[in-house]
Amino acid sequence: MKVYQFTEQPYFPTWNDHSGSLRVNLLNRKCDPRIAADLFHRYYDELQLSDELGLDIMLNEHHQTATCMSSTVVVGLAVLSRITKRARLLVLGYPIGHRPDPLRCAEELSTIDVISRGRLDMGFIKGVPYEFPASNQNPVGVMDRFWEALDFIIKAMTTHDEVFNWEGEYLHYRQVNVWPRVWQEPHPPIWTTTGSTSQARLLGERGYVMATLGSGYNTRPLYDAYRRGYLAKRRKAPGPDRFAYLGLVAVANDRDEARKRGDLVAGYLRSSGIVHVPFRNPPGFLSVEDNARLLRGQTPPRSYTKDRRVISMHSATVEDLIAAGILFCGTPDEVYDQIVDFCGYCGGMGNLLMMGHAGFLTHEQTVDNLTLFSREVYPRLKEWKQPDAQRAAAEAMAEQAPHPAASTRPGDLVDATITAN
Amino acid sequence: MPKSAENPAESAAGSLVVEGTRIELIERGAGRPLLFLHAENGIEPALSAIEELAKSARVIAPTHPGFGRSELPKGMRSVDDLSYFYLDLLDQLDLRDLTVVGISLGAWLGAEIAVKSTARLSRLVMANAVGIKVGDRETRDIADIFALTEPEYLDIAYCDPNVGRRDYAALPEGEVLAAARAREATARFAWSPYFHNPRLKSRLHRIRIPTLFLWGTHDRMLSEAYGRAYCAMIPGARFELIERAGHFPHQEQPTVFAEKVLAFAAGK
Repeated sequence: MKVYQFTEQPYFPTWNDHSGSLRVNLLNRKCDPRIAADLFHRYYDELQLSDELGLDIMLNEHHQTATCMSSTVVVGLAVLSRITKRARLLVLGYPIGHRPDPLRCAEELSTIDVISRGRLDMGFIKGVPYEFPASNQNPVGVMDRFWEALDFIIKAMTTHDEVFNWEGEYLHYRQVNVWPRVWQEPHPPIWTTTGSTSQARLLGERGYVMATLGSGYNTRPLYDAYRRGYLAKRRKAPGPDRFAYLGLVAVANDRDEARKRGDLVAGYLRSSGIVHVPFRNPPGFLSVEDNARLLRGQTPPRSYTKDRRVISMHSATVEDLIAAGILFCGTPDEVYDQIVDFCGYCGGMGNLLMMGHAGFLTHEQTVDNLTLFSREVYPRLKEWKQPDAQRAAAEAMAEQAPHPAASTRPGDLVDATITAN
Repeated sequence: MPKSAENPAESAAGSLVVEGTRIELIERGAGRPLLFLHAENGIEPALSAIEELAKSARVIAPTHPGFGRSELPKGMRSVDDLSYFYLDLLDQLDLRDLTVVGISLGAWLGAEIAVKSTARLSRLVMANAVGIKVGDRETRDIADIFALTEPEYLDIAYCDPNVGRRDYAALPEGEVLAAARAREATARFAWSPYFHNPRLKSRLHRIRIPTLFLWGTHDRMLSEAYGRAYCAMIPGARFELIERAGHFPHQEQPTVFAEKVLAFAAGK
């Protein structure tokens, strides 16, 4: 199993000083650039430590928000390409449907791949609903634009012996020839996220690494849909390396201290939904059918514990988050058991996206959390034998039960963090 | 397509295929032809006004592609695209001496049709019209409705917000789907540039038929100054107010609205 350390690089000093919205319209007057600089350097130090501890690294971006100062992920990737030595650098994700110029995206990512000497993993996403007011990209039809941008970026990265032409529905270029050329052949691995089984199947067909977030003990149906799609195209089962899961992690030698840290890390979940209401569900983001259900006040439950209790990840207690497989928290033994139990439930999961820092967790607590995890938990996870991929795939083929999908529109990618109410 | 609902108004609507795209279409009354172009909130809120107009005219009221149960042709993304669809519709129905009446987004559509051809048109009515930019680049002419809560929106769009309020839990499924579809279609056509076509202003002089601007005085999504500036760009256009109405005067004052439209259509 590989473990990617992840932090949203929050500007937490204003988390208790907002007027009902931490995103889009929280005025940047509340951001002190001196504090922001200190925080950036602290976060890069912690990611550099992650590299030294043998962890891989995940970065993301959000816009106009105190929940995540990384508003342009390429800057973080560039810094880390230079100051880390060995870690994989995963961007999850890069919201290419929002970008006016995907050629620029291909150039940026190729450059990162070269500077890091082939350590880049490219996660492409639709983006959460609150990104649309900031980018002003039309949320209606954005996935058509996303898929065209993805096809274009792959072509730009894999074309070496000609200058090519692209005149599509959304993108127009006549002389494409990206310098520098990507390090990894044919291109850096592609990752993405989903929260719906119909899309999971599509991603399986394409064979991308599929990550879910907050799906907890509702993850297996998504993975099984992926397995079915993968098998339909390849006649071989997808290994655990095709699956990724974002889990919050809080470890301490003392059980009570671990629960305290878990509560601080859960601040990510509690803050992520604090957004001015109209920005939570822009038109066209969800399907018409889903929006009609929302208008009628019907919202499907999203997170389940192992014993099928419904919880809200935005307000659940630490114990419920642990029971739902959203937070892995406790002594090293407890955390190892929780992760292994979860991976077994999934039928195999090879990439833990570990939120080992969030919210008000201090630098000292973060360093201790990462160090303890790397020394006491990670070596045992690497040793652990994943469930048999063939068997998991056979179970997936036998199990065709529908999953309460967040959206069923063809080509859509729904971020599992979305709550549209 | 959404399933049909057991709603008298909907079941009374027929359909029409234009260049391979099937749309809903209501046809009522007899006499002078009048094309009714609904606003961004769809056809349902316009039914009273359509009935009033049908007392003295042959009203043709399509549901725009992407709204209600009307199909959306592939690649249709702008009001400019919509206007060509309607020019085809006018040809197909061979409408002549036509009065075109539009509200808000429908009025913008009416202007987009008229700048291209007025061959089949005799008169144009634009109520609380969007479609152009009047102020400078940092002045928001049109309230950002996608940044408002529903109560905030109802408050600026209506004189009496109760007229606009809908109890979705109690509405037939078809109408809830239509409301969800209206919101999506509005964004498709008007998200950016926001509720306007930067090219339209320089083409408005081509509208050389009698044109009437109607304006609900309680509209706070748009200002009356915006409406008057818009009106001044169309040669000879007249401007009349409708009291006790906001952005959707046909919905809040259907009788007054219809009287003004019919009088104008009759050449008064």
